[in-house]
Amino acid sequence: MVTTESIIHVRNMVKKFGGFVANDNLNFDVYRGEIFGFLGANGAGKTTAMKILCGLSLPTSGEIKVAGFDVYKETNLIKRNIGYMSQRFSLYEDLSVYENIRFYGGIYGLSRKLIRERADFLLETLNLSDIRNKLIKDLPLGWRQKLAFSVAIFHKPGIVFLDEPTGGVDPITRRQFWEMIYQAAADGITVFVTTHYMDEAEYCNRVSIMVDGKIRALDTPEGLKKQFAAATMNEVFLKLARNNQSV
Amino acid sequence: MKRFAGFLYKEIYHIIRDMRTLIVLIGMPVVQLLLFGYVLTNEIKDAKIAILDHSKDEVTSELTQKFLSSGYFKLSRELQSENEINTLFQEGDIKEVIVFEEDFARKFEKDGNAKIQIINDASEPNTANLLVNYTNAIISDYVRQSNRTSTAAPGIIPEVQMAYNANLKGVFMFVPGIIAMLLILISALMTSITITREKELGTMEVLLVSPLRPFQIVLGKVAPYILIAFINVVIILLVSNIVFHVPVRGSVVLLLAESTLYIITALSLGILISTITNSQQVAMMLSLIGLMLPTIMLSGFIYPVENMPLPLQIICQLMPPKWFIIIIKNIMLKGVGFTYVWKETLVLLGMTAFFITLSVKKFKNRLE
Amino acid sequence: MEKNAVIAENLSKSFKKVNAVKSVSFGIGKGELFGFIGPDGAGKSTLFRMLVTLLLPDEGKASISGLDVVSDFRKVRNILGYMPGKFSLYQDLTVEQNLNFYATIFGTTVKENYHLIKDIYVQIEPFKNRLAGNLSGGMKQKLALSCALIHKPEVLVLDEPTTGVDAVSRKEFWEMLGRLKHEGITILVSTPYMDEAILCDRVALIQDGSILRIDKPDEITKSFGKPVFAVKSDRTHDLILDLKSFRGVEAANLFGNQVHVVMNNSDVDAGQITTFLKEKGQTSLDVREIEAGIEDCFIDLMINKS
Repeated sequence: MVTTESIIHVRNMVKKFGGFVANDNLNFDVYRGEIFGFLGANGAGKTTAMKILCGLSLPTSGEIKVAGFDVYKETNLIKRNIGYMSQRFSLYEDLSVYENIRFYGGIYGLSRKLIRERADFLLETLNLSDIRNKLIKDLPLGWRQKLAFSVAIFHKPGIVFLDEPTGGVDPITRRQFWEMIYQAAADGITVFVTTHYMDEAEYCNRVSIMVDGKIRALDTPEGLKKQFAAATMNEVFLKLARNNQSV
Repeated sequence: MKRFAGFLYKEIYHIIRDMRTLIVLIGMPVVQLLLFGYVLTNEIKDAKIAILDHSKDEVTSELTQKFLSSGYFKLSRELQSENEINTLFQEGDIKEVIVFEEDFARKFEKDGNAKIQIINDASEPNTANLLVNYTNAIISDYVRQSNRTSTAAPGIIPEVQMAYNANLKGVFMFVPGIIAMLLILISALMTSITITREKELGTMEVLLVSPLRPFQIVLGKVAPYILIAFINVVIILLVSNIVFHVPVRGSVVLLLAESTLYIITALSLGILISTITNSQQVAMMLSLIGLMLPTIMLSGFIYPVENMPLPLQIICQLMPPKWFIIIIKNIMLKGVGFTYVWKETLVLLGMTAFFITLSVKKFKNRLE
Repeated sequence: MEKNAVIAENLSKSFKKVNAVKSVSFGIGKGELFGFIGPDGAGKSTLFRMLVTLLLPDEGKASISGLDVVSDFRKVRNILGYMPGKFSLYQDLTVEQNLNFYATIFGTTVKENYHLIKDIYVQIEPFKNRLAGNLSGGMKQKLALSCALIHKPEVLVLDEPTTGVDAVSRKEFWEMLGRLKHEGITILVSTPYMDEAILCDRVALIQDGSILRIDKPDEITKSFGKPVFAVKSDRTHDLILDLKSFRGVEAANLFGNQVHVVMNNSDVDAGQITTFLKEKGQTSLDVREIEAGIEDCFIDLMINKS
């Protein structure tokens, strides 16, 4: 359920690397229970911003709160209250399905009993109970991505950050993956997601588009299409980013 | 030829762009040499010894005098009987006990078989080993000097290994070992890493798909390291000569030629490693554990091969550094020419040919 | 069009447990822009590696411009341009040094074939002294393509050149491929993005090591044979569930803010669907019959295969 309570609060966020301005005065809010699409061309500054919001890097200036915690002083509390999953790194390939779950549960300090209960439930819903002792590297990519997402929200975080979660996944699994995202959002988890699939931008409640370190557009997909007189999000994106190619 | 030159340029860019590694590669020999050199010379200054003299004649007192004036030994106790030795070592203060047998002077001059017992605290094998060598060297020195004045047969058989190391400096013995070790490290480790890095990056796929032949790829990748390794040999020789006054008594040209041969041996080992793994990490582990460790342990660099059990001695014969160390010790310290080291050179040459053939055969045209 | 630029007959390849490529056959004409469309793990990279002489097929054979990829592999390598999945650039060399390097190892110079890469290279030329590692994804992609083209290959093999690259760079990249086609270069390209299929002359839809279908993109969509409706409402998530309970619905999948509904017979019209959904309490409805897209076809083929 989308609320009006701001769970990510960003005001005048600036991040500089020497003379290069990666994030140029960003301002936005993400509301609790929302699916927020964070789009932008390669090198537009998405990854930089995402790192700051996850507490992995400090901004140069600005006022930023994630899940109510300050990114300058309370990064440990932020990390405890978020989940993270990316296409590049998700699960340990040489550990089994269950070992991965137990490991991540352990990191977030869940009790053994709780880990066992939630793992059983999770494996049941994903239909993976029979292969709980299989190594991750023996699973098809689609299953891995679905499992990785479940593991990222295993500790029931307030926010989950997804960095291109569906890259290279087949069209059926990609849709199943989005159904899982909807389910997580319905359970009250805020979803912050980046993607290069423009049809996926349509699945988000609101979408922001970054160009050259600035947020150039932020609205619902419908609103953006109206604003840019475009039929699809792909057109919106091309109109915005085309003539502003960054290096 | 132009393709090869292009390849070479690229490798040189890689090396220059990675300044940190280059500095380590060039700086490491100096640091290693200084470390080994100083640690060794400090270790054996004023080692405490005890002497048990059953003879108390003019030869034993002269020898004792010679031991104590060498600067390596300091007399801590004079013993009266064998029974004291055990307790002495248990106290742990004494590093070595020297026992002269009865009637020493007469046996030395007439029969030429006077016996000195040298007992060491073997809990520190390196020190013990060195002290034995030094003691032997002093004895043989003494024997040589007395030969000049008397016509009688020599009384005590000298330890050959130390005989040419007149100044009795440990660092002399270590310079050849350090050269052998560092050349393995730079040549084998760096080549195996640089080749596996291309595999990890995915660039090897494009190189393989290009018209370049595998041997061109390999040659282009290793050529710069031949140069770096060669520079290292020169640096080690210079530093050891300037800081520790280690001489090169034989021909410098021969020494450098033999070093180049050994560099090529090490490179072919590095290539061999890169053919059996696709990751830089595994290549590094293999080079360090599979090559460096045996070079240190089994080449006679630190532990004398003669003292090892037979199976290990046989393995030692298969180690290229063992032969290389013999060669350069002979050239540097004995000052001999090629006629004295051609056998060892031949062994090394054979090994090199074997490894090169094997690695070129194993270097694949494809990904599998 | 002659179908002799690239030919594959019953190519198969297995690794330990996995049958990566299962008896794949196709023929690609000279100057054709041919796409292999399928998700990661479908076997695209393995197939390409066999074609570019990097892997030996377990079974079957393949040839490039009439040259066998196994027995004539040296000759094949001379006429091939290959861009692997990971852009094969030296991160610690500059843009210019990378290009020069690839030119020299193929025994040519940048000058000689500059006309081929000009359109692409001018966009990155201002940064020619920058290290390749410091370029953005889109720029790396352009440089890698320039490097693969610099020796004027007859056949260009591009393994997932657009993966992880943003929509703008992807569009530009496809425009470049279109221009190269006019130079007479045969281009094989693989991609997990279904929407890129329409940019190819012909495509092979590939999944689990097998080719599901080979044809022109519009032939594939035209021959879909089942009615498809695009349905919109203001509650998309429930909409799928509601539609799945409608009679005759074979599949209901999200496509952007719409749901594509595939019917198993043609006696249903948009009006009937609207009425049904209204009864379910859906509002702001928009139901239209549409032509199937490549992604609809791919999903359909995937389901019917398993």
